[in-house]
Amino acid sequence: MADLRNAPARLLVADDNKVNRLLLTRSLELQGHRVACAENGRVALEMLRGEVFDLLLLDIEMPEMDGFQVLEQLFADRRLRDLPVIVTSSLEGIANLVRCIELGAEDYLGKPVNPVLLRARIGASLEKKRLRDQQKELVRRFATPEVAQDLQDSGFALGGRHVAGTVMFSDIRGFTALVESQPPEETIELLNTYYTLMFDAISGHGGVVNQMVGDGLMAIFGAPLPLPDHAGAAVRAALDMIEMIELLNAERASENKRALRIGIGIASGEMVAGYTGTQQRATYTCIGDTVNLAARLEAHTKVAQRAILIDSATRAALSEKIGCDALGAVLFHGKAAPVEVFAVGSASIA
Amino acid sequence: MTDKMTPPPIDAAAFAELEASAGAEFARELIATFLEEAPIMLAELRAAFAAGKADVFRRSAHSLKSNSLTFGAQALAAQARELELQGMPADGTALDRLEAEYARTAAALTELRHG
Repeated sequence: MADLRNAPARLLVADDNKVNRLLLTRSLELQGHRVACAENGRVALEMLRGEVFDLLLLDIEMPEMDGFQVLEQLFADRRLRDLPVIVTSSLEGIANLVRCIELGAEDYLGKPVNPVLLRARIGASLEKKRLRDQQKELVRRFATPEVAQDLQDSGFALGGRHVAGTVMFSDIRGFTALVESQPPEETIELLNTYYTLMFDAISGHGGVVNQMVGDGLMAIFGAPLPLPDHAGAAVRAALDMIEMIELLNAERASENKRALRIGIGIASGEMVAGYTGTQQRATYTCIGDTVNLAARLEAHTKVAQRAILIDSATRAALSEKIGCDALGAVLFHGKAAPVEVFAVGSASIA
Repeated sequence: MTDKMTPPPIDAAAFAELEASAGAEFARELIATFLEEAPIMLAELRAAFAAGKADVFRRSAHSLKSNSLTFGAQALAAQARELELQGMPADGTALDRLEAEYARTAAALTELRHG
């Protein structure tokens, strides 16, 4: 695989001094990047707002608008806040360097800029930007626009935090048999339809789908953003999912295709939510007993022969309008004590 | 004064590094640009001094320092840096010295450019 660290990027050099601009541009072009130049901070900002750049190399001492002002304006601009900035200057005094970093600059390179160091710093900055872009894309695809925006505004805090929420696991019953009974293209098409419907149902109730594995998915209600009635939202989403599957099945029946059945497990409580992964790949997820329980409940739908199973915490948070059947206590693998299980709705799996 | 101890205006190692990283041909073009730009910076420095514009003075000194370092003109860079840090001098002596050092540097760079 190509080394992405040295992949060509579109860079902007902001420097009022012609010799500096030419030299920096030359170094960057020799490293394979495409470079544009601005002779002061004001022009640089105009260009950044009009075109897309991967990184800004910023001088500090400039007429009209200096580098400090540029950093301030970038930070205040929602669309430009994540642009990596490397300050290249021969600034005097550690206080000025500290100020650059505090204003959000990613790195500082003294002039004359050492080409080897320049290459390494740009590689590292672009890599970090790629990771942020990936996270943004992930959130954009898996979350409502409001959640994505709020996450971006809060600066994508990495690391876990405790949240109260509801977790849902869902998958297709008898999926393996289904896959074997039809051509692969048909399976992919079916999965796409299925995921589109499930995503609509889940995000329609404020949930976030954060994992898809084969025919299974995991969704979170109440994280990354708090959701007032997360348990109720998850159960209503589950009922919508079942309804959508019924509609899909009516369509499939007219084409003489097998009906699809899904099982859904829902549990509520405390969990740890945050980004996990590596520098190359990060994903938003939740962990904890609540998550394990939701997964167990989903698996238990096969035994219980009911499409939606919930735990007692979810049951307790539900309004009277949603009917539940108490199925009694079940001892799940990995659990010390039996857990009360409830079935929602009338849909059975068989 | 220790004229015999005066180092060459251009540090050969620093200039060789510039040639190695940017290419010899490009280094020569860059000298040409500097020889065009530096007199403007010096004139700006003079004008700022005369008009008492401390901010412009500091910025011009800063630019000259930065460019001098690029070519390994260490003595010129040191003088420009002093002006940048200390601000407006009491009289024009420091500027006279700076211009004299620039003349020495420009001569050396012109030689490197044609050599």
